[in-house]
Amino acid sequence: MSAREEILSTIRRSLGVTGQEKPRLDTVTERLANAPRGLTVARGQLPHEGQVALFKEQAKATLASVVDVASYQDVPAAVADYLRQNNLPAQLRIGSDPRMADLDWGKTAIELSHGPSDGNDLAGLNHAFAGVAETGTLVMTASAENPTTINFLPDHALVVVSAKDITGDYETMWSNLRAQYGKGQMPRVVNWVTGPSRSGDIEQVILLGAHGPRRVHIMVVQD
Amino acid sequence: MSAHPTTKRFIANATEALADPQLQRAMTNVRSGFIDKRAAVAAKLPEFEALRDSARDIKNHALAHLDLYLEKYEANVTAAGGHVHWARTAEEARKIILGICHDAGAKTVTKGKSMISEEIALNAALEAAGIVPVETDLGEYIIQLRDEAPSHIIAPAVHLNASQVESDFRRVHTHLDAGRDLSEPVQLLTEARQVLRSKFLAADVGITGANFLVAETGSSIIVTNEGNGDLTQTLPKTHIVIASLEKIVPTLEDVSQILRVLARSATGQEMSVYTTFSTGPRRAADLDGPENYHVVILDNGRSSMLGTAFQDMLRCIRCGACMNHCPVYHAVGGHAYGWVYPGPMGAVLTPTLLGVDKAGHLPNASTFCGRCESVCPVRIPLPKMMRHWREAEFERHLSPATMRSGIKFWAFFAKRPALYRFATSLMMNVMGWLGRDKGCFSSVPLASGWTDYRDFPAPQGGTFQSRYQAHRKSTQNNGRAA
Repeated sequence: MSAREEILSTIRRSLGVTGQEKPRLDTVTERLANAPRGLTVARGQLPHEGQVALFKEQAKATLASVVDVASYQDVPAAVADYLRQNNLPAQLRIGSDPRMADLDWGKTAIELSHGPSDGNDLAGLNHAFAGVAETGTLVMTASAENPTTINFLPDHALVVVSAKDITGDYETMWSNLRAQYGKGQMPRVVNWVTGPSRSGDIEQVILLGAHGPRRVHIMVVQD
Repeated sequence: MSAHPTTKRFIANATEALADPQLQRAMTNVRSGFIDKRAAVAAKLPEFEALRDSARDIKNHALAHLDLYLEKYEANVTAAGGHVHWARTAEEARKIILGICHDAGAKTVTKGKSMISEEIALNAALEAAGIVPVETDLGEYIIQLRDEAPSHIIAPAVHLNASQVESDFRRVHTHLDAGRDLSEPVQLLTEARQVLRSKFLAADVGITGANFLVAETGSSIIVTNEGNGDLTQTLPKTHIVIASLEKIVPTLEDVSQILRVLARSATGQEMSVYTTFSTGPRRAADLDGPENYHVVILDNGRSSMLGTAFQDMLRCIRCGACMNHCPVYHAVGGHAYGWVYPGPMGAVLTPTLLGVDKAGHLPNASTFCGRCESVCPVRIPLPKMMRHWREAEFERHLSPATMRSGIKFWAFFAKRPALYRFATSLMMNVMGWLGRDKGCFSSVPLASGWTDYRDFPAPQGGTFQSRYQAHRKSTQNNGRAA
């Protein structure tokens, strides 16, 4: 008997089932098809403006920095501000997301490099799929437009999130993801990012900038 | 260490731990940090207790349908271009992983934190095959330099102080300036970040554990704060996930419920910094991410726990709250438990994985105060299960002769209530009279285990039973008067 068959048959023997019982099969099929939401957490159940405000407040509590940006056209200037305020060179790693790559970066002195990060970038910019207000969590989806390495390798992770993509809770975000990618389909990676990288492994003291970004800077685009 | 359990030496291990000043200093960090942080963050979420019920119910549902969800999970991983491997034992899991590493031509392997990797003693197997494993979680990296096992399931180096880490870094990082300042923890963190960055970029294979496996989508989930797990799985050509079979949850909604209690119970955070859902290898258009994605599903005795008194243990989501709140763990630290899983969850799980003959001491390492169960996010009845093990140990005549005769001696009186009352009140009177001057004893025959560390108070004011009866009588009388 293969390892797979033996493990499954031990499970079935222990549970006292054959694996063919119709009620069990139906229960599993229904659960996977319907994906019930479970208990609702009241915190994020707000009008949309309230959700955006809660997202910003919660993200700040995780030690991310957050600014409002009126429209996409204002993103390059907001990035330039951040780089200047933090004494960083005017250089930025960016994917090919048209919402950002097509902006007029020429107005700024920023030198762009495109594609995945090789670990030599101080600052990188990706676009979030969503923000979840409940815990100030960014939701990043892997693609050629927004390469995963940009989320993790640069010291400064800059992230654009559109205010309209901010949800109250994780469950609403999953519904939106299913609507975009299809039921049961996932991007290669979905990264929830809640603040900058940290570790408490030395004497339980929380220190920022363990292996991932030392800083997370969120730009909430209003339009 | 994981290959050679010292669970049988628990009593000797614990005695040494109590006399270790470095360890005792480090353990004060556990006592002060974790408990307050968890309590504060739980108080901020009104639904926290109801979410614990929800998490318990989801895990119970998943376990009751485990065979079916595992099949769905496998089908969805395969559909996304990944490979699922099944391992009955630790040896089979090691063989599968070594095979994948061999096919990838691996020289170095970076590793995210994984307790299953410890359980199957993977690092020793990789080294024996000429492959260099590099632990990348800061705590795991530190203990790998010291050739130690983790002493806590989420804070592996919690038994160490910063000065110990500093001397390890100076000993190993000899390419760096010997005169550098490492007096602050942040300098240690920065040095580890620099040293490990090049290892992340050079590795041929990345191995991570999984906190959850989602049947609906075929996704594996890791939860970290450092980002090391993400660099481990994103940069090399091959990503191997090693997970035990009870990590299955049905849907993304289900795991979102459980994630709400995981970080809060573990570190007192509302959410850990990185929660990563991985589904298959890189897609055709992708410019980064692994080209190969493998999942090794480990049984190692767990399938036989279903349908037994220990099934509830399979709900465990490895948050560490039980050990953070355990007075025995606080006193002796994690290494005393002698294997991979310490604290209350280890006291229950280790005998099922190693056998009660090897790990029968661990369920005795409990005061039955019940704090572990009261904080467990999936409400595992840990004290009840430790009691099951104690009974099994006694029934199989594995406990020492002195303990067995002591219990029999006590049982003789306990079965004869009148004799018990007489003997205890006689004993009380005699001891009360002997200790009437000092009010306590610095030594008592057969009780050196107590009196070596603290005085034994001289009894006063009657036995518990006589006082209980008197109390009941007086409250009944008061009740009638009112």
